Amino acid sequence: MKLMQVGSHTAKAMVVAGVVALFFQAPRLMAAQAQTPRSGGELVFAVGGTPPSYDGHRETTFAMLHPVAPHYSTLVRFDPQNYPKIVGDVAESWSVSRDALTYTFKIRKGIKFHDGSELTANDVKATYDKIVFPPAGVVSARQASYDLVKKIEAPDPLTVVFQLKHLSASFLANLASPWNFIYKASILEKDPRWYEKNIMGTGPFTFVEYVAGSHWVGKKNPNYYMKGRPYLDGYKGVFIRDTAPRVAAIRSGQALIEFRGFNPAARDDVVKSVGKQVVVQESPWACNLTVTLNNQKKPFDDPRVRRALSLAIDRWGGSKALSQISLMKHVGGLFRPGSEFAAPESELIKLPGFGKNIEAARKEARKLLKEAGVPEGFSFTLKNRNVREPYEVTGVYVIDQWRQIGLNVNHVQQEEGPYFNDFRLGNYDAGIDFACDFMDEPDQQLFKFVSSEKSPINYARYNDSLLDELYEKQSRTTDAKERLKVLRQFEKRVLDEKAYQFHILWWQRIIPHWAKVKGWKITPSHYVNQDLRDVWLAE
Amino acid sequence: MRLYILKRLLLMIPTLLGVAVLVFLMLRVAPGDIVELKYAGTGVYAPKEAMDRERAQLGLDQPLWKQFTTWIIGIPRLDFGTSMWTGRPISHEIAIRLELSIELALMATFVAVLISVPLGTLAAVKQDTWIDYFVRVFSIAGLAIPSFWLGIVIILAFVIYFHWLPPLTFTSFWVDPKANLLQLIWPALAVGYRYSAVATRMTRSAVLEVLREDYIRTARAKGLWERAVLMRHALKNAMLPVITVIGLEFAFLVGGLVVTEQVFNLNGIGKLFVEAISQRDYTMVQNLVLLTSFVFVFVNFLVDMINAFIDPRIRYQ
Repeated sequence: MKLMQVGSHTAKAMVVAGVVALFFQAPRLMAAQAQTPRSGGELVFAVGGTPPSYDGHRETTFAMLHPVAPHYSTLVRFDPQNYPKIVGDVAESWSVSRDALTYTFKIRKGIKFHDGSELTANDVKATYDKIVFPPAGVVSARQASYDLVKKIEAPDPLTVVFQLKHLSASFLANLASPWNFIYKASILEKDPRWYEKNIMGTGPFTFVEYVAGSHWVGKKNPNYYMKGRPYLDGYKGVFIRDTAPRVAAIRSGQALIEFRGFNPAARDDVVKSVGKQVVVQESPWACNLTVTLNNQKKPFDDPRVRRALSLAIDRWGGSKALSQISLMKHVGGLFRPGSEFAAPESELIKLPGFGKNIEAARKEARKLLKEAGVPEGFSFTLKNRNVREPYEVTGVYVIDQWRQIGLNVNHVQQEEGPYFNDFRLGNYDAGIDFACDFMDEPDQQLFKFVSSEKSPINYARYNDSLLDELYEKQSRTTDAKERLKVLRQFEKRVLDEKAYQFHILWWQRIIPHWAKVKGWKITPSHYVNQDLRDVWLAE
Repeated sequence: MRLYILKRLLLMIPTLLGVAVLVFLMLRVAPGDIVELKYAGTGVYAPKEAMDRERAQLGLDQPLWKQFTTWIIGIPRLDFGTSMWTGRPISHEIAIRLELSIELALMATFVAVLISVPLGTLAAVKQDTWIDYFVRVFSIAGLAIPSFWLGIVIILAFVIYFHWLPPLTFTSFWVDPKANLLQLIWPALAVGYRYSAVATRMTRSAVLEVLREDYIRTARAKGLWERAVLMRHALKNAMLPVITVIGLEFAFLVGGLVVTEQVFNLNGIGKLFVEAISQRDYTMVQNLVLLTSFVFVFVNFLVDMINAFIDPRIRYQ
């Protein structure tokens, strides 16, 4: 009995303690419960464009990737939780030979296409054969990134082997390209262009319908290889080309998210009107705007003039001012600030135009212009796209900066067609160019700066064998530290010694979305992490 | 009358052929091509060989005369070719959007007629009274306010005050009439109001002019009721220019609601037009221009037929 009493007291005390503990732990427990992924629901998201074809190997626009990516798997992918770490998708594991010329991938067993057939190494081989060695009549937009591939083999149903012609530091990252959807070999064999108008993948969602110009619908793939994924029952991508109705769609809750990015004004608009039901994810973006100078035209053929133009731009001040009204935010050299290849700030500020003493820089700029014989009030044109955000804003800013060293610049904004035409033909003095990549990768990001005769996207019209040599060297250097050294040399050559063309600022990616959209994490690229397999809706 | 109709129908052919030649050449002269925009426009490096391959695939490597004849020969067989941007048949791309555009044009026309004919007539009958002044201010405001601006105001009002927006995607009237009307009623009102402004002013002037005619005086002198004079003699004769204006505006609405469709995110012909032009989708633009030209020519023809039906003098001429 006594024992019982003691036991009873103990029990009471334990209950009280439990209640107290529960009281204090409740918010944590509730939060934990709230974060437990929940299955069901349809995610409606806005897309600021329409897909041309459905073929990822052929297309280059996010407007194709956002609605179509959830239908497909890739060989490897960027881990959105730990970007830029690369993890397997259909590849379970991989190994690299000692000479780093052979990459061997083991394929997961039991991955099924949406028609129920099993994915094998042969499908991966056929996919990459189409990308690397496209047959006649087939367009492969990123074929050049895989020039180094000698051959692709599938020695058994679960093994794929890539043999390279030479070393490459970026090969694995290139295989994580979100564009490289894995297609079915038997379909490609019959018609290599079948995927331009049809969908058959192994991704987390199957295809339901596409109404051209209106919307795209996918539904959960019950046979997806990751058990328990995807969480969503389906998704609907609604195509809304203009910014105002796109923002209105998010504000009204008809669309819960838009994956490309809004500007600060749109973000503030959504936050102000929707309040706590909306959260904002932001990240430095692997996109930038560049001042491109026509190096074949006088006086831009003189490095002193080009250097002066770069010196005159107050990037640090511009970052503060422009980031209030546009996507333009981060001061950086040839690599996205914060990426593993970016120059540390202590080194960056030594490059002309990247220092923090703008008065001294402008004084030097004026001196250089004088030495080069450029008179006060010298007039030229800056060609730009007729897109307000961020092009027009940036063009106006740059012109104002140049005005402060006595230059008189005329802003000519053009529709995309004439703009690219003039750039290609060299019919311009100075222009605002841009770059947007799916990853921070020197091979891609530096290609714009190698000799024009080698790089059709280098509109600055110069040839520099030293830069070409450095480009090749960094590409083949697999030692990370060594590669960084070469990259710094390349950057110094482009931005300092020759000042051929120079970045203005890097963009900030801003995604305001409804708080009930969970499991999606922003990355520095709007091309990455779009298969929606981890996304779920909280209610 | 039959000969008149036949002549008018035959005249459409050279008109449309002229439009086809013009639009084909103008597109080819405009700087920048679709392949360049596709790749350079997204900052992707594609080697020249890949771009040439794509041009060949789209038939852009063929001589201009061949490209033109291939297109024009297909039209009588209703083969309009494929979109250079999406690779899908043009007829399919247009058909998806045409229902919305025609429905919107009809609804806007209905709104316009509903507003303009009674208001215009009333303003004419009550000339220089406060009613006339009110109608004139109302119609001038309609002319002054662009329909896309009115659309933006409507959307903002819905989102800010009611946290509601019309449906984002189009549902056919035959599938779900409520969803269909919820989406189209607001742009139809915005466009219809502007459209009614032109028609109201035209109705007012036409009725005023007719009311001063001798036959109206005669009708009144015969002792006819004012309502009969107005409805039977004045309005019927005043309608000729009003029908012409309404007809031409309708033709414009089918392909011309470019900005309104963008503001309301309507997947119509106007929006397709803008996208096709910005993407340099030659085949799509050619066919859209031809389609809107055809609508113009055909509606013009219909208007003439209606006028001839109402006014026998036109038939006899």
